[in-house]
Amino acid sequence: MERVILHSDLNNFYASVECLYNPSLRGKPIAVSGNPETRHGIVLAKNYAAKACGVATGNPLWLAKQKCPDIIFVPPHYELYIKYSETAREIYSEYTDQVEPYGLDECWLDVTGSSALFGDGPTIADKLRERVKSELGVTVSVGVSYNKIFAKLGSDIKKPDATTVIKRTRFKEIVWPLPVNDLLYVGKSTHKKLLNYKIKTIGDLARSDKHFMKYLLGQNGVMLWMFANGLDTSPVSNIGAKSLIKSIGNSTTSPRDLITDEDIKIILYVLCECVSSRMREYNFICSTVQIGIRDNELHSYERQGRLSYPNRTSKSLFNKAFELYKQHATGKPVRSLSVRACGLFLSEHEQLSFLPEISQIQRQEDLERTVDIIRSRFGHYSVGRGIMLTDKELSNINPKDEHIIHPDIFLRR
Amino acid sequence: MARKVFVRVTASFDTDGRITPLSLVWEDGRLYTIDRITDVRKAASLKAGGMGLRYTVIINGKQSYLFYEGPKWFVEGK
Repeated sequence: MERVILHSDLNNFYASVECLYNPSLRGKPIAVSGNPETRHGIVLAKNYAAKACGVATGNPLWLAKQKCPDIIFVPPHYELYIKYSETAREIYSEYTDQVEPYGLDECWLDVTGSSALFGDGPTIADKLRERVKSELGVTVSVGVSYNKIFAKLGSDIKKPDATTVIKRTRFKEIVWPLPVNDLLYVGKSTHKKLLNYKIKTIGDLARSDKHFMKYLLGQNGVMLWMFANGLDTSPVSNIGAKSLIKSIGNSTTSPRDLITDEDIKIILYVLCECVSSRMREYNFICSTVQIGIRDNELHSYERQGRLSYPNRTSKSLFNKAFELYKQHATGKPVRSLSVRACGLFLSEHEQLSFLPEISQIQRQEDLERTVDIIRSRFGHYSVGRGIMLTDKELSNINPKDEHIIHPDIFLRR
Repeated sequence: MARKVFVRVTASFDTDGRITPLSLVWEDGRLYTIDRITDVRKAASLKAGGMGLRYTVIINGKQSYLFYEGPKWFVEGK
């Protein structure tokens, strides 16, 4: 039996929610934007009026203002977006238990088994649109197809508030003329490589040789070739299925450039404490630490190193992260930093040890666990390292509670 | 375009957790008794800007919407 897959995409999600809550904004060009004072001043989302002026996600605010002098910037309200996202998923889950979120605003639904109850794919898609519009006050576009890739492409074709069906018999007419970078996982560098070989549309990719794609892009090339030919068979995961966590990381753009080692230390401590505490929450320990550095010219790079003993204390994470920084620093002022714990495994069976290094880690772990408990009872800033007091502008961030958005990964390799 | 007017509501909670609003106090302090509830559904208020459980209520023979946007109640003011 052919699968019926829906991909539902909330149109201009952040901007639509803001316009709903503030009716005076409707019809005017708006952009949801980060705070320029903390140097997060980019466009996070925009509505159609702003898009019409050429404003794009990721534009710095001065550029958006240049393109569209009347634009209104509004600050984001993540709690509201999360509530909306959950309510939308509740609606979806009334039609199937196979609902796989992709970020806050997108979901795949496999309704193959529910068509006898609720009607065929397009009928369910129209019902979803109707309900989201009346119950949430925002619109979705829905793609209907027989695989996840084409369903996602479909939801992008007609916006807002529309259903697009891509049937197996007609997909070549609809999908193949689209530019190749519309395809999931064709990013900037893949796109460049493909253009070198005059592969401009999804059709060009589909008609190219499978072995050539493998030679050009490796296993990913084969995957993209399958996508383009409508041969994707990846399943839509169940609502309850927790995605496999492969790494835990946090990053931040600091309010001012980081120049001295002390500046770097403050931010690294903040990030390491957050990553460490999240690992305790999920009961992971890690073997590898990765840092990402972006300098004031926006050049960025990542470096990683192994811990001598796998663990999750912020102390070990910090020591490794700072060591990596010292090894690879270019001397340029740093704009943003990230810390990531990789090589995760569950710490279910812990080997107690008399080795001094390990017992020291265990003592440190007890200490940090206590700090976590104090923070959960009395607030994040109730207890902290002395170094945080040396520069309150830098240390005044709490990445853990402020916002962590978990994009569900599509590939689970 | 309507104003979003938050109102004080007296409600009854039954044993299943269903909430039934009984009366509301308008911003000028006047108390209105809800005579009847004709419909309850999840809905967004495009006029006032909000989303929640929408009660269609009859007050003094007139129909209006009362929204429960947990933990607050609002109506679409003129």
